[in-house]
Amino acid sequence: MARALINVPAKAKRGEVIAIKTLISHVMESGFRHTSVGARIPRDIIDTFVCTYNGEEIFRAALHPAIAANPFITFHTVAAESGTFTFQWTGDGGFSQTETASIVVE
Amino acid sequence: MSVVTSLRRLAPAAALLTGLSIIAGHAEIPLHERRSGYADLGRDTKAMQDDDTANPGMLSVLDGEALWKTKTGDAGRACVDCHGDARTSMKGVAARYPAFEPARGRPVNLDQRISICRAERQQAKPLPYESKELLALSAFVGMQSRGAPVAPPDDERLKPFRDAGRAAYDRRQGQLNLSCGQCHDDNWGKSLAGNLIPQAHPNGYPLYRLEWQSIGSLQRRLRNCMTGLRAEPYEYGAPEYVDLEVYLMWRARGMPMETPAVRP
Repeated sequence: MARALINVPAKAKRGEVIAIKTLISHVMESGFRHTSVGARIPRDIIDTFVCTYNGEEIFRAALHPAIAANPFITFHTVAAESGTFTFQWTGDGGFSQTETASIVVE
Repeated sequence: MSVVTSLRRLAPAAALLTGLSIIAGHAEIPLHERRSGYADLGRDTKAMQDDDTANPGMLSVLDGEALWKTKTGDAGRACVDCHGDARTSMKGVAARYPAFEPARGRPVNLDQRISICRAERQQAKPLPYESKELLALSAFVGMQSRGAPVAPPDDERLKPFRDAGRAAYDRRQGQLNLSCGQCHDDNWGKSLAGNLIPQAHPNGYPLYRLEWQSIGSLQRRLRNCMTGLRAEPYEYGAPEYVDLEVYLMWRARGMPMETPAVRP
């Protein structure tokens, strides 16, 4: 299983704009490389990242070859209510990983 | 006699001395002028190293933490079963390596220490150099020393190896016929092509290098430099590298550890 690092502030004021940072370990093999004997190394990348906030989708990214290994995605949202962020990465070869983080909004 | 003429008379002698110093070895960087590669990072790369949720080296540390607790080998033991909580037992350990290993009669670096432990205490299959697992364990153990000063052991037995490392550091190598010191002692802070020449302190390894897009060991970095000189690199784990590591750690004594560091 891949390792993921998530940075969501533990607390925020209602209406505050918060930064969310995510980092996941993944080789992101482009599919364009060949081995020393000429065989193509199959593509193995994360192609979709989705973040939901209390079940509502707030951020989505489509990833393509030639994006860095260990993709680092950061984005902002408005802290509306206490709850849970769910992060899901999906990709080639049935790759799927889900992580969650909670926030308290005062 | 004016100052100018006296200086003119001295100039040839000074040039001769400079020439001699290149042959005889390099003036070491004064202790207070030493600077970690961190000091020369760009703002974004500094931010990446400073934030544990943005530093990709932390992914490896997390892997290492899991391996630390995993029972393995014929002995069915995990690192934690002997060493306990790494946060206390491994604090400052990486800052002391390479250390003298009496059974081998020579110093071993942290990766080799982990491999010896694996072979003897866990009776497990050795981890290849530069494998994800070995780097992860090394990064996890290394991180426990983050902020601690590099503290090479005051061990007489290390001295011949440190001297050998220093000799290798001062020896011209490869088709370019350069020594380590000609760049890293004499010309640090200047540019080599588009890149800044750092002082080459080993205080952040294993580290995440953006060029590699992965975490890597000090030996991997040394191999990079050797191919840069168009010299033939040694195999991973070669005693020549370990000697050089002993010298480099001594040269960086007192500087804070940064494992897992980020470099461009």
